[in-house]
Amino acid sequence: MSTTVADGPAAGVVGTRMRRREDPALLSGEARYVHDLVVPGALHMAVVRSPYAHARVTSVDLSGALASPGVAAAFSGAELAGEWSSPMPCAWPVTADMQAPSHLPVAVDEVCYVGDAVAAVVASSQAEAQDAAAAVAVAYEELPAAVDLEDAASDRVLAHSGLISNRAYTWELVPDADAVERAFAEAAVTVRERYVQQRLIPAAMEPRGVCVVPQPFGGEYVVYSATQIPHILRTMLGITAGVPEERIRVVAPSVGGGFGSKLDVYAEELLCLALARRLRKPVRWSEERSEAAQATIHGRGQVQEIELAADPHGRVLAVRVRLLADMGAYMQLVTPGVPLLGAFLYHGVYDVPAYAFTCTGVFTNKTPTDAYRGAGRPEATYAIERAIDAVARKIGADPQEVRRRNFIPADKFPYSSVAGLVFDSGNYEAALDAALELVGYEELREAQARRREEGATRLLGIGLSSYVEMCGLAPSRVLASLNYVAGGWEAATVRMLPTGKVQVVTGASPHGQGHVTSWSMIVADKLGVSPEDVEVLHSDTAVSPLGLDTYGSRSLSVGGTAIALAADRLIDKARLLAAHRLEVAPEDLELSAGQFSVQGSPSSAIGLGALAFEAFTAHDLPEGMEPNLEASATYDPTNFTFPFGTHVAVVEVDTETGKVDLVRYAAVDDCGNQINPLIVDGQVHGGIAQGVAQALFEEAVYDDEGNLLTTTFTDYLVPAASELPSFSLGRTVTPSPSNPMGVKGIGEAGTIAATPAVVNAVVDALSHLGVEEIAMPVTPERVWRSIGASAPGTGGGR
Amino acid sequence: MIPASFEYRRADSVEQALGWLSEDPDSTKLLAGGHSLLPLMKLRLATPGVLVDIGRVPGLSYVRDAGDHVAVGALTRHRDVEISDVARAHVPLLAHVAGQVGDPQVRHRGTIGGSIAHGDPASDLPAAVLALDGVLVIDGPRGRREVGAGDFFRGFLETALAPDEVLTEIRVRKAPRGWAFQKFNRRAQDWAIVGVAAVVNGGARVALVNMGATTVRARGTEEALAAGAGIAEAAARAPEGLEPPSDLQGSAEYRRHLATVLVRRALEEATASGG
Repeated sequence: MSTTVADGPAAGVVGTRMRRREDPALLSGEARYVHDLVVPGALHMAVVRSPYAHARVTSVDLSGALASPGVAAAFSGAELAGEWSSPMPCAWPVTADMQAPSHLPVAVDEVCYVGDAVAAVVASSQAEAQDAAAAVAVAYEELPAAVDLEDAASDRVLAHSGLISNRAYTWELVPDADAVERAFAEAAVTVRERYVQQRLIPAAMEPRGVCVVPQPFGGEYVVYSATQIPHILRTMLGITAGVPEERIRVVAPSVGGGFGSKLDVYAEELLCLALARRLRKPVRWSEERSEAAQATIHGRGQVQEIELAADPHGRVLAVRVRLLADMGAYMQLVTPGVPLLGAFLYHGVYDVPAYAFTCTGVFTNKTPTDAYRGAGRPEATYAIERAIDAVARKIGADPQEVRRRNFIPADKFPYSSVAGLVFDSGNYEAALDAALELVGYEELREAQARRREEGATRLLGIGLSSYVEMCGLAPSRVLASLNYVAGGWEAATVRMLPTGKVQVVTGASPHGQGHVTSWSMIVADKLGVSPEDVEVLHSDTAVSPLGLDTYGSRSLSVGGTAIALAADRLIDKARLLAAHRLEVAPEDLELSAGQFSVQGSPSSAIGLGALAFEAFTAHDLPEGMEPNLEASATYDPTNFTFPFGTHVAVVEVDTETGKVDLVRYAAVDDCGNQINPLIVDGQVHGGIAQGVAQALFEEAVYDDEGNLLTTTFTDYLVPAASELPSFSLGRTVTPSPSNPMGVKGIGEAGTIAATPAVVNAVVDALSHLGVEEIAMPVTPERVWRSIGASAPGTGGGR
Repeated sequence: MIPASFEYRRADSVEQALGWLSEDPDSTKLLAGGHSLLPLMKLRLATPGVLVDIGRVPGLSYVRDAGDHVAVGALTRHRDVEISDVARAHVPLLAHVAGQVGDPQVRHRGTIGGSIAHGDPASDLPAAVLALDGVLVIDGPRGRREVGAGDFFRGFLETALAPDEVLTEIRVRKAPRGWAFQKFNRRAQDWAIVGVAAVVNGGARVALVNMGATTVRARGTEEALAAGAGIAEAAARAPEGLEPPSDLQGSAEYRRHLATVLVRRALEEATASGG
């Protein structure tokens, strides 16, 4: 296991900073999204949504809509109830006794959040459909709403009239309760922290969109959807709408980001399918931005209580965590499981002997939550990284020193964690050292002290976050143990065409990650061709029938591995053919840059391109060999992968106004071997921005009645480049032993690391004033108030 | 994101626009840069029956030296004010504030007349015009009239402009030195949570953004300065008599506090720049 601070080795194209092949089309506007598809005769759908957080639907009068210009049809939930052969799917019933209300695409008699669908209208244009939707008269009888998460957990108000409790499940991971009790009883130092993970609106650049085109005579449906999961969607649409799976083809054209929000099966996808079936016409729907704020899942939404027991030096002896997790109004595809993806990581990068985790999932009358970039792991990392700073403050030690004292040592990998995971590889101290050097930690601490001494009103704060995540979802056996209904494998096919060009079919479904570039780089090196000669086919179930799609930083370590294995199998076959042509034994051949040559007589050689043509003509194949050079592989990972690193945020806090400026940011990440460090940079950049967004800017705010107040970008503050400094990026490389390429995953790391780093920095800036906690997002007003509350008489707020 | 149905007419002259406006003033809106009106229409918060586009009316985009004041045509885009040599030399506050509005797209499409006529207390330019003792030139069926900025902003999104009138020119007093603008927001593109436009030459005029239903002057501060108070003491009186809004970006209490800090900073900066 090697650890360096440079980019990976660059023999061939793998490891080089090749520019993304996807980008010219995306940047020039030539890429086609669902909304861009021209489908003659398509009807446009508009959805009538509940303006109440909780209400009984007493009547739905469609007459106004039906009389509206251009309208083809309009349906209430009751009229559509017969379209569904089962309720909306949840693939992750985390406990055997989990409670979940029935969830239909269109509510029939009770609506449970603002945005819950009550009727659907189709018209010949989107504008006409929207005008007609506004003419649907729905009578509601308002019911009390469970809005606040902790209040909902008390069952004072029930989120669904059919439930006896809002508590959906309680899931525990307590390997040794006595050990935890003992540790807390004997600890010299304990901290007990409460953090709120505010709800976030994923806000992908492209809102959702669906277009379902029925095929003539066949009873088949082509479903175009802005989705991350064409394969899972196909199966779930079939089950829910009662269409045989083989009659559905799902295509995800260019998809403008998802961040987990398109890892779902949505009412509108089912509605378009059902209406296309009923009306025998194409039906399409394009989500609007404000609609997306309430009709697409939210992320986060937890109240966390974390306790650490530590010795006098800050060495952590036990971690105890209690979570309340906001499910929202319904279980979407993996809603209940999101907190569990963090359940194993609340001890973070630290060697902790005792552990207790409990999570209760709670229904509220708000938009359902589900996976959002990091899904459970940002929440876990936030809690432990904030709490470890609390320990450092309590014992008066430098936070980097307390981290160092607790790190899982590099010689303990593979490391069996107290929570039952096996961390594949790591060198946490090396990443910390590199990050501190990159940011200039010692000088910053001196500058911080100087400003404090001078009584400056612009204070400096330095925040650390050392993280590890489990990604590369996931070994199918482990998913079974967590009650997830599917596996975690990925499939790939590699074939050489008669002219020596290469076609790769992947079950991963890119929506911004650059898979076409990365996959073609992997295959180019394997087969000795140029990446431009590799065609990557994806995101169409007719082209790529097998796959489990893209989420959980899985595509490279699982899907990329499947491609590498398929390419190896193709080479194995080509070797037999080459041996046949060159009349030598297969083991006497060596492959280099796409050429098989005979060991010891290099002039006797044949290239893969020529072999592909031979295999295509099939004029002279070895006995029993099938034509064509093609191989498939399905890879089920043996373990998760565990990327890690340390991020350092530097903030200036204006004590007079409370304004926080992020002035410097250094990130050292270790995702194992890198296929394309430029793509890694991009993932880290975007990830950091999204993590900073949670720390300082974004929050889905509800009022007491359950109305979402942040439905436009005027109120929901997504930061832009002007709010962010240039990031200083570094890398260590600790290959994963779990897969042949030694890769880990980088899609979520930045988001996981950044949020606690930034909030730790703000608290660090103000800690000498007694500030220990500021709720996220850390707004100027909250900072101002915390200064006033913590240190009256300092001239700040109150 | 799709506005309600409306009729669109493009005017070639102020007279033509006034004629169309007079047909049905209450359901007709003027469209200039569109950066305030169109978002409201897309959210269906505004549903005018007729849009009269004055964006291509010739002769209304200029920044002119007019002796003791600078005259700005109502259709001058923010970016053109920002980079105008005349504005930079004689009313650098106006040029600077024009460069702080929204984001580059807004600054290249939005117009000064549109921003003033919209009367949004959260907008920056009304405060700048108020601090510069501006005069608004209005054309209408009853002829031309001039209204001082102090009388122009009447209430939330409500101005002295009648539904059948057109704002054609903005005049601001020259103030080459002794000015400052403080804009406090969370993202560069956002409206100010609180903003301050200050001119300290020849008697201080301090105008506040987002501290009430309209852009307002910090009368307490101005009185204190006139009475000889120091900057800190005068700034502490900035929110006097004002009722700032409470919203997701800040409570009224926080805005009052911000006003004291930002007015102090603005006055310090304005004084340092030659006040």
